[in-house]
Amino acid sequence: MVLLKGEWYDFRDLTNPVRELLDGLGLPGDVDYVIWSILGAVGILLWLILSVLAFIWIERRVVALMQNRIGPNRVGPAGLLQPVADAIKLLLKEAITPRATDKLIFWLGPILIFIPTIVVFAVIPFGESMALADLNVGVLFLIAAAGINTPAVFMAGWASNNKYALLGAMRTIAMLISYEIVQVLALLGAVIFVGSMRLQDVVGWQDEFNTWLLFVQPLGFVAYIIAGAVEINRSPMDISEAESELAAGYHTEYSGIKFGFFYQAEYLAGFAVAAAATTIFLGGWTLWGLEEWIPGWIIFLGKLYVTFFVYIWSRGTLPRLRIDQLMNFAWKFMLPLMIVNVLVVGTEVLIWDETEASRNVALPAIAAINAALAVFLIVGWARFLGHGTGTQAGRRATLTDEVGRIYYGAEASS
Amino acid sequence: MEDTGTVIAFWLLAAMTLGSAIGVAAVRNLIHAVGMLIMTFAGLAGLYITLSADFIAVVQVLIYIGAIAILIIFAIVLTPQAGRHNQEGFMRFPALGLGGLIAATMIYAALDTDWATSDRPGFEGTATVIGDALLDRYALPFEIASVLLLAAVIGAIVLVRPEGMEEDE
Repeated sequence: MVLLKGEWYDFRDLTNPVRELLDGLGLPGDVDYVIWSILGAVGILLWLILSVLAFIWIERRVVALMQNRIGPNRVGPAGLLQPVADAIKLLLKEAITPRATDKLIFWLGPILIFIPTIVVFAVIPFGESMALADLNVGVLFLIAAAGINTPAVFMAGWASNNKYALLGAMRTIAMLISYEIVQVLALLGAVIFVGSMRLQDVVGWQDEFNTWLLFVQPLGFVAYIIAGAVEINRSPMDISEAESELAAGYHTEYSGIKFGFFYQAEYLAGFAVAAAATTIFLGGWTLWGLEEWIPGWIIFLGKLYVTFFVYIWSRGTLPRLRIDQLMNFAWKFMLPLMIVNVLVVGTEVLIWDETEASRNVALPAIAAINAALAVFLIVGWARFLGHGTGTQAGRRATLTDEVGRIYYGAEASS
Repeated sequence: MEDTGTVIAFWLLAAMTLGSAIGVAAVRNLIHAVGMLIMTFAGLAGLYITLSADFIAVVQVLIYIGAIAILIIFAIVLTPQAGRHNQEGFMRFPALGLGGLIAATMIYAALDTDWATSDRPGFEGTATVIGDALLDRYALPFEIASVLLLAAVIGAIVLVRPEGMEEDE
């Protein structure tokens, strides 16, 4: 395989043919750069669209299997063409704009929601030299892009002029803001270890030390996956569009291709979170030397799809949380844990630096300490809050209690 | 700034920032004004990128668009009547005067300053430099800011605490 290195047919790095082609054309640097960027962006977009189409089918079939149903199986062999049929249906359907909406913002909502989800892929390294823009603040960029999601969702919900849409939007904002902090702290643990926010460096660190950050940062990984589920609005965290409570949340009033945009953006955000988790915690495009033989982007995509599958799995298995449970979980459970985690990671890195221990001693020790700490913190803190002890009696919600006190008198309640 | 791409980007971003900043004050609908404000923040982030201050740019998006704009939206939505109109108040002309004065001062300062240009290339990465500066030379202001934020957090908790919580527990 070494013979292939750098040739146009070296499929381990898809940028090689493009580079050969552009070198052959002999264009000036600026034009070269523009073409390069456009080709990269188009490539990523094509991959995303195909992945979304594939995963719509996979998700519906898999969730159907999990729930003992059959799922779509009529259009094409085994229902394979169902996503295509759905897409055509969405395109042809009338996109209704209710009269009382704020027209401009109603129209902007589905577009704005696309930006943060797609822009994330610009910094994701798909392979050794396959990152469209390898920013040196890559990790922060991921978080910032997720932050743009919040106003976009709010715009959509508010412009609909529908109480369910507005409720969904408000819930989304509350949720995203709470879990953004958890997400930042989870990634901070990883960044402290690597000592760089460039995503290529994060992958390089994991390659160099022959480990994944998942092993040295188990708590951070779990927190990131949970916060990611909130960010992409997937069940069990999909309270902002809980069908049983809010019709469809912030996109209740959207129909036709505008709804299709939200639907797609949800998948794209899912891929974005899975890609970030893969890059930061699961070693990105490396696989303990196997990347010499298998193209890095195939390894990366494999890990990404497995991570995304975990979200599908949890959607098929877990019941939806209530809004107060979700918020309590963020502020009372995840946040203290993540702060302790960051503190411990900082201490560990300092001690490692001071003692200059060899990596064969330091890394397994840190991994063992952090795994034990994760279990201890999760179990201990849950016990401290009164979960899982069997003594936690169901308490009446405050509002019910108050109303009951007014209606039946003080004795009847409590 | 010799680079053509940077110059084009600068003028586009400047037009976007200033245009949407005027829009914030001019539009009637407060939610539209917040949308314009977000555009202003985004334009500023873009300007930071042209200055090769990548860390500041990303933090600008993260904090101003992701948090402060949301805070303003919350304030508008939770205030009855405020979401309807960006009404004309009696402070209109004093505010215009004050704004004009500030603008005049800034324009005077900008024209008066001798803008030195440096030949050194842009910074490679600003995040480490900023981190070092914050925890070394400017450690005291940094700590004071964190104490202030902690005080704000505790204050918020005390404000929203339901009364008579001690008896319940």
